Amino acid sequence: MKIHLWLNGKEISDEISPDMPLLEYVRTKGCYSVKRGCETSNCGLCTVWMNKKPVLSCSVLAARADGKEIVTLEGVQERAAEFGTYLANQGGEQCGFCNPGFIMNVLAMEDELNNPTEEEIKAYLSGNLCRCSGYESQLRAIKNYLNRNRDIE
Amino acid sequence: MLRIREYRRVESLEEAYELNQKKTNRIIGGGLWMKIGDRNLMTAIDLSGLGLDQISETEDEFVIGCMATLRDLEVHPGLNAYTDGAVKQSVCHIVGVQFRNCATVGGSIYGRFGFSDVLTLFAALDCYVELYKGGNVPIQEFIHMNYDNDILVAVHIVKTPVKITYLSQRNTATDFPVIAVAVSEYNEKLHVSIGARPVRAETLTLDLSEKADMEHLVKKVQEQFSFGSNRRGSADYRRHIAGVLVKRACAANEQQEDRK
Repeated sequence: MKIHLWLNGKEISDEISPDMPLLEYVRTKGCYSVKRGCETSNCGLCTVWMNKKPVLSCSVLAARADGKEIVTLEGVQERAAEFGTYLANQGGEQCGFCNPGFIMNVLAMEDELNNPTEEEIKAYLSGNLCRCSGYESQLRAIKNYLNRNRDIE
Repeated sequence: MLRIREYRRVESLEEAYELNQKKTNRIIGGGLWMKIGDRNLMTAIDLSGLGLDQISETEDEFVIGCMATLRDLEVHPGLNAYTDGAVKQSVCHIVGVQFRNCATVGGSIYGRFGFSDVLTLFAALDCYVELYKGGNVPIQEFIHMNYDNDILVAVHIVKTPVKITYLSQRNTATDFPVIAVAVSEYNEKLHVSIGARPVRAETLTLDLSEKADMEHLVKKVQEQFSFGSNRRGSADYRRHIAGVLVKRACAANEQQEDRK
């Protein structure tokens, strides 16, 4: 079947299999940051944005991306690198396997929530599992990142 | 694994209905549950081009399109003001934001899953489902209907003045609930909905006076609902926790009354 979409700002028309997950499709386009983790829609590793909302690309059919705007970590490299610095400063990156999905969801949260509380941060990121960090270092990194402009002031 | 031969983004409900009459064709909501199983579909029917992903509010009711997501429910200010946050409470523990951006209300309600938080909540509200051919069916009746080839177009919540509290017990955050309870008061009746027993939610409607003797009410609830066992908890555990949550929900509803 044919689909027409925007992947990281680039307009694409393609022929795909009707049952192809979005995750597999974006990887065929070179977006290797998007990884398959749990395969049960639980870990958040495969997070991409569909029309600016974070979704699980392992669970969304590529067919559903037809006419939509898809963004992966490759499409937000500058912001990702900036947040990645905060993550590294707090020792929150650890093995790094969950980072792409985690960063995509942190940036989505930054865009969606205005000045979130600690409770709101935890709730928003509850769908991103990390087996290394225990989440404390990540939480510190997120708070520092969200407060970065306030620090300058 | 989910295997699909053809994917059809329909242009009308009639087209979807006709396609859905064939056993090997299925409507895909969020597709989250469907993708976990091992299924072969001749045609996957996609309703996402029909504008059914909106939640609208009229003077008398909320109309939730079948393709609205659980996240849309969670962040809808009108629905949450009407239910004093119970709608948000019923979905906020379901995996994560990304999952709730994918899962649809239609898929959750049509599926009538035994683990469903959403069905448990809606079963305690003055609410009905709109079926394409079957018309409007009260949610409590819909819960007992067999699966058929009709299409769930929308869920309507009637704006009857209500006090409602939703509570659930989970072994770990974001897991399926071990037990889910919604207790509401509307039309001068007490409505107790219990889901994840682990079978689909059902509602018990009682006189409001039953609240006067809480121990008696809890006993009644524990006797009238059936509870089962699975890996998440035993029937006895579920029965006990259900009683505790019903008590807490009634107390929370009293506080709602005080606040108002």
